[in-house]
Amino acid sequence: MLRIAFQMLVGDRAKYLTLISGLSFVTLLFVQQGSVFCGLMLRTAKPVEAIGAPIWVCDPTLQAIDDFKPLLDTDLTRIRSVDGVRWAVPLFMRQVQVRLNDGKFQTVRLIGLDNASLVGRPSQMLSGNTESLLLPDSVVIGKAEMERLNNPKVDDTFEINDKLARVVGIADVPRDFLSNPYVYTTYDRALQYSPRQRKQMSYVLVAPQPGLSSQQVVENIKKTTGLSAYTADDLRWLTIWYFMRNTGIPINIGISLLLVFVVGMAIAGQTFYAFALQNERYFGALKAMGTGNFTLVRMIMFQSLFVGVVGYGIGAGAACFIGWMGSGGREKLAFFTPEQLLFISFGVTIVICLLSSLVSIQRVIRLEPAVVFRG
Amino acid sequence: MEHEIAAKLVDVDKNFGLGNTFVKVLKKVNLEIHSGELTLLVGPSGCGKTTLLSVLAGILDTTDGEVNVFGTRVDKLSQAKKTSFRRKNIGFIFQQFNLLPTLTAADNVAIPLLISKVPYREALKKAKYYLEVVGLGDRVTFYPTQLSGGQQQRVAIARALVAEPKLIVCDEPTASLDGETGKIVMEMFRQTALKRDRAIVVVTHDNRIFEYGDRIAEMLDGRIVSIHENKNHK
Ligand SMILES: Nc1ncnc2c1ncn2[C@@H]1O[C@H](COP(=O)(O)OP(=O)(O)OP(=O)(O)O)[C@@H](O)[C@H]1O
Ligand SMILES: [Mg+2]
Repeated sequence: MLRIAFQMLVGDRAKYLTLISGLSFVTLLFVQQGSVFCGLMLRTAKPVEAIGAPIWVCDPTLQAIDDFKPLLDTDLTRIRSVDGVRWAVPLFMRQVQVRLNDGKFQTVRLIGLDNASLVGRPSQMLSGNTESLLLPDSVVIGKAEMERLNNPKVDDTFEINDKLARVVGIADVPRDFLSNPYVYTTYDRALQYSPRQRKQMSYVLVAPQPGLSSQQVVENIKKTTGLSAYTADDLRWLTIWYFMRNTGIPINIGISLLLVFVVGMAIAGQTFYAFALQNERYFGALKAMGTGNFTLVRMIMFQSLFVGVVGYGIGAGAACFIGWMGSGGREKLAFFTPEQLLFISFGVTIVICLLSSLVSIQRVIRLEPAVVFRG
Repeated sequence: MEHEIAAKLVDVDKNFGLGNTFVKVLKKVNLEIHSGELTLLVGPSGCGKTTLLSVLAGILDTTDGEVNVFGTRVDKLSQAKKTSFRRKNIGFIFQQFNLLPTLTAADNVAIPLLISKVPYREALKKAKYYLEVVGLGDRVTFYPTQLSGGQQQRVAIARALVAEPKLIVCDEPTASLDGETGKIVMEMFRQTALKRDRAIVVVTHDNRIFEYGDRIAEMLDGRIVSIHENKNHK
């Protein structure tokens, strides 16, 4: 009988295509919106990945990576003496203003790396090299959002806090949520580039002794110093959750996903209803000829699940294709599709299909087979 | 020669509606249907023919009385049991044919077998055989819209025959056909459908096909008023 159900479904080209395209569209929108959301949220934590240190030590009140709550210089020595710490270096990271040669100002993410080790330097250079940071006045800039600095080349200059900065290299750095260009320099020079304050050290980057896990060393640091410490992964999630809680993005995306759901229900519900009405005579005939309710319900469920799966396949495929076209994480479009999103979207599509077939199911169960003899 | 009794209705009442819409449609109907015979149920519009046929076929519940089909008290069966009773024992032919428009003739004919969980290939083979029987062996892959009204009704006859039911019920099978086609269909119907162990009941007000009945039961206002035997066929 499922074969019959299938033929009833696909035989009605117009409704079949409406259902498939409606559900594809719903899936496409759902995955696309969800991916943009995931992409945006992941971007909030990109600076953590860009620096790449295993452990980050910070002020206990820190809420996210870009929350500027600096430490005292003396904290560095305290951290170095904690059990299990292999090395510990300072990191300066703060948004500051750059004055470009045309007189315009631009906010940048200024990153000051430990003078001796340059821990946290970019791993991929597009031109120049990071060792040149040891030369006077030198900075390395990230490629992402570089156009905001008028696309400088190596040896071009600009001013930060009235002090000269000369570009000695361009690094391949991912775009982050704040979308400001990255400017790397040494720790000491970063202090000169930014307004002076009592506390200046944004983070202390730490690596664990061989054989110890980052988690163990994090615990040691917290216990011994009273400061906060995070593994890179925990800091990423701290940041992502901070943005989730404190921006309207989740609510806005939530509303659009809800609308997608409502539109999907409307399209699928209406079409299924029309389909059911039109086929009532035939379902009546099948019932008269001895088809049980259970079989009829199975037929309708099969029809709705079939269009659901096909629609989902097309929609999810299209969404992934769109993401793939403008992706890489380094492009303008924030787009990331985790597996979970695909599962959730599949669930949503199937729920839409099943809900909209409920009306048909109810009608067919109530259907009196005697209707077949009425005109 | 005498034929066995296939179905027997005893004092069957059927009411519809409540209050203002209350109607008594069948009033103490008594009727015997014989195997090996084609029984015609005739009478003016609205007298309750379709209602009686529906009760007999187990697709409509009675208000009162006994409905006995092949020794089973159909009126006493649960809905699920009635459904499976119809599946095993009853073939249907409708005025509007009710062929599924998106299925080929052969698939349409195969439906009663598929309902009984006969494997598709086997069902299709049998369906093709019965299409040959009704003279449509060259139309198996046609869709209903590609067939004439008479051909569609012949497909419907093949569908009613395919599961070899012992009772076939037809409501106005010729009403959607012109006179000549109606006669051709009835002729073929008698030849292919009528068997010693099968009873056929046809509701009609088409007097041109009265000659095809073995027994003619006349209804008026919810009652059977007369039963004629037509000796022509015997
Ligand atoms: N479901 C129903 N609810 C209420 N009344 C009904 C219902 N079905 C039939 N009736 C009534 O029962 C009466 C007999 O209907 P039925 O269809 O059996 O007549 P019929 O003899 O087949 O007529 P026709 O020759 O026009 O088909 C009619 O008056 C009709 O209004
Ligand atoms: Mg009628």
